[in-house]
Amino acid sequence: MIDAPAAGPSERDVRAALARIPDPELPVLSIVDLGVIHRVDVGPEGIEVALLPTFVGCPALDIMRSAIVERLGDEFAQPIRVATTFAVPWTSDRISATGLDALRRAGIAPPAEPEDVRCPHCASADVVMDSAFGPTQCRSLFYCRGCRQPFEAMKSV
Amino acid sequence: MTASRTPAAPPILGLDGLLLTMADDEFVIGFSDSEWTGIAPLLEEDVAMSSLSQDELGHATALYGLLAELTGTDADAIAYDREPAEYRHARLLDHGRGDWAMTIARRYLYETADATRLEALADGTWAPLAELVGKLQREERYHAMHIGSWFERLAGAVGEPRDRLLDALATLGPDAGTVFTPLSDEPALIEAGVLARPMAELEHEWRTRTTAMFARFDLSNLPPTRDPERGRTDHGADFAWLHGEFTKVRRGDPGATW
Repeated sequence: MIDAPAAGPSERDVRAALARIPDPELPVLSIVDLGVIHRVDVGPEGIEVALLPTFVGCPALDIMRSAIVERLGDEFAQPIRVATTFAVPWTSDRISATGLDALRRAGIAPPAEPEDVRCPHCASADVVMDSAFGPTQCRSLFYCRGCRQPFEAMKSV
Repeated sequence: MTASRTPAAPPILGLDGLLLTMADDEFVIGFSDSEWTGIAPLLEEDVAMSSLSQDELGHATALYGLLAELTGTDADAIAYDREPAEYRHARLLDHGRGDWAMTIARRYLYETADATRLEALADGTWAPLAELVGKLQREERYHAMHIGSWFERLAGAVGEPRDRLLDALATLGPDAGTVFTPLSDEPALIEAGVLARPMAELEHEWRTRTTAMFARFDLSNLPPTRDPERGRTDHGADFAWLHGEFTKVRRGDPGATW
């Protein structure tokens, strides 16, 4: 247990702590690199984090919420509130450069319009969409004719 | 969820009715199509239909959530604690999932109608709904792409696939337009800028689009809506059965959370 410092953590401290929380469905990148943190407010009442759901019905949202409460609660010993908002839509443009790299290395093509998807293994453009729907709401299934490997691509929403 | 909140009157007349019809539509089609999980014709389709259904149930959750906040009630209570006659989904969705052609036809008709409705709500003045609609449209694009390609595949086939689609369209046709059943207090919603155009106008736009698509595949036009005033009431036996299914856990263990 850490003693709460008199001045409390800065927004930057909170964001740094959030950057250590992996995305539950794509643990190769953090929730910060995924771009789902809309706002961080540090006030006398505690810390409030506003999340942008990637998909409206994303089942990982509850897991993210409890991971945030647990991590920030441990680090800062303050009341933590996590809200969700659709004030701005989460779009796949919100994924950071680090996040895009991490995805590619994990064999998942970063979000792009279906005709612009490239194979994450060999970078070939000779790919075909097998199905718009994959193992999670945010991913589609593709096949690369170049290296003959199936792969997943994040949907461009 | 919002159990202890004081009930407040809806700020805009008719908003609660609009949210309820949209939420019930998404909930009923999402739950009904989720029955394909494990038994769809192809493995990829099993995944796709499950994912589509999961999207729709997520949309329903968000819409029931807005309604619950607006009326000071609980989203789960709205979703699960009503009698079948109190649901306000379109009669189109009372038809069970049937065979694969029926599922594709029902969803094609619903997705295209829903897309037309969402367009008329996207620039609305009530921010919580307009913001959510913007997000829904981004997801629905994938639904339209997927269901559109299945529809074309069945319509363009020769023999049994096309025959089954024709049967499904004949059954669903008179109920297809019920997504656009006029809302109570519709003029107030238009006056307040929540809804851009009357449902009757939206129905006309949607029919123009479907007519063009149907002509490409030499399909007969959809007939006018049967009993249009009661397009979101009088749910039949198929829905009574579905209602029994989706309320089973709630009734079996009242107050449980999961």
